[in-house]
Amino acid sequence: MTELHSLRDMSLALAQGKVSSVELTQEHLVRVKTLDASLNSFITLTEDEALAHAAAADGLRAKGDSRPTLGLPMAHKDIFCTNGVLTTAGSKMLSNFVAPYDATVVSKFADAGMVSIGKTNMDEFAMGSSNETSYFGAVANPWDVTRVPGGSSGGSAAAVAAGLVAGATGTDTGGSIRQPAALCGITGLKPTYGRVSRFGMIAFASSLDQAGPMTRDAEDAALMLSVMAGFDAKDSTSANRDDAWLNAIIHGGIADLDRPLVIGLPDQYYENGSNQASIDLARQELEQLGHSFKRVSLPHTDAAIPVYYVLASAEASTNLSRYDGVRFGHRCDNPTSLQDLYERSREEGFGAEVKRRILTGTYTLSVGYFDAYYLKAQKIRRLIAQDFDTAFAEVDLLLTPTSPTPAFKQGPLNDDPVAM
Amino acid sequence: MSQTTETSADESAPTPGTGIDVTHLSALARLAIDAKTASAAAADLESIVNLIDAMRSVNTDGVEPLSHPLDGVARLRADQVTENPDPKHFQRNAPATSDAYYLVPRVVE
Repeated sequence: MTELHSLRDMSLALAQGKVSSVELTQEHLVRVKTLDASLNSFITLTEDEALAHAAAADGLRAKGDSRPTLGLPMAHKDIFCTNGVLTTAGSKMLSNFVAPYDATVVSKFADAGMVSIGKTNMDEFAMGSSNETSYFGAVANPWDVTRVPGGSSGGSAAAVAAGLVAGATGTDTGGSIRQPAALCGITGLKPTYGRVSRFGMIAFASSLDQAGPMTRDAEDAALMLSVMAGFDAKDSTSANRDDAWLNAIIHGGIADLDRPLVIGLPDQYYENGSNQASIDLARQELEQLGHSFKRVSLPHTDAAIPVYYVLASAEASTNLSRYDGVRFGHRCDNPTSLQDLYERSREEGFGAEVKRRILTGTYTLSVGYFDAYYLKAQKIRRLIAQDFDTAFAEVDLLLTPTSPTPAFKQGPLNDDPVAM
Repeated sequence: MSQTTETSADESAPTPGTGIDVTHLSALARLAIDAKTASAAAADLESIVNLIDAMRSVNTDGVEPLSHPLDGVARLRADQVTENPDPKHFQRNAPATSDAYYLVPRVVE
């Protein structure tokens, strides 16, 4: 498999009959079994299902099916419900939960003939930036196993960076695709909200959650996005837009630009000692391609993290109220009353970071604080959105550092609830 | 954190971050909590509240809340049954069931 690094390489090799999907899938499974002991990027490996789906893909190809995605191995973040397969969201609360249906994203990849080999590790309920809050153990960064891969989609990022799979799904609420992709040196894309269905994706903060691809390069990200995006009636916030350009990507790849771009550099994103040398290299490359740069201002940037924290925690405390130990998930032993069942099941089932966010959300939504926090944060969210509208009236896109630092060491930031 | 630019109704809100009653919050959130955990959780919450208090200095006079990124109206559909779920299928994940019911400790003696 050494020469087959990208999804597109594999797609071409499959089309030319140089390899079968079963062979590719077997190679991927062996790679995970050999290398993942030091990474812990997978929670569940679905070997039998994967080989059966790969054989089915090979069968379709033999009958003339030539779709570019047919038979390509991949993995799903363990936040997507997979029918009949353990779906944990990295939590003890769901450590026994076998999803009774497929998420729309999972169905779409299966319908495209792609072969999921398993479910990747993640911060518990997607709350974290280091993948150290998973009930199933921390994930290591493949470039340096003493460092974090980022989070919350750290398992997907590490698996792609280590070449265990060429593509994996992730989800992003406050950076959970972008930051681990940056820390593992791969490509991650958080699509526009509403572009990818949230049906069957375990909820953290519903007004921010969005799924996207994690791959080795932009063209593979486009290939995966073209499969996973699109309107879904089962998601009430799915955006009904023209998807023709997405369908064109599957067969034609990313279209050439018809003009040079004006790229915005937001002042506020360059104030905190980011690695300027790396950004300058990227700038030089873009300039050589004929694009130009323009400074822009996003004046409410400082408020973005507090606003995110208020909105995400409030929505999380509401969403996670469904885990009550009654219909599914962890239940405490010998409950003495219904109240005791709720309180101990939740206390035992959730980890420290999740409980912290639930308490924060409960606090900001409680009587007397709602206007000062939740409503205030929603007003500032409009100001932040207006900042971006203003900037995008002048520029085509923004170039920013994804993270203020490279991958940091495991451990030291764990005890500080606001450091990350 | 300066609040001099804050002139909306938010001013009347209680002073946040002081004397957070974690035991009460835990009860609201249905989370069992012991005294030791409660004191650590209170300290965590105070530092989080300090972080989020930074937004109180932003002037939001006359700004409408944005509750949703698409800022649109909820989509409606015809009021028709589209799924026929099998309760037994979903009960496979339940800790305790009896026929179509989910079992919990006795609520009424």
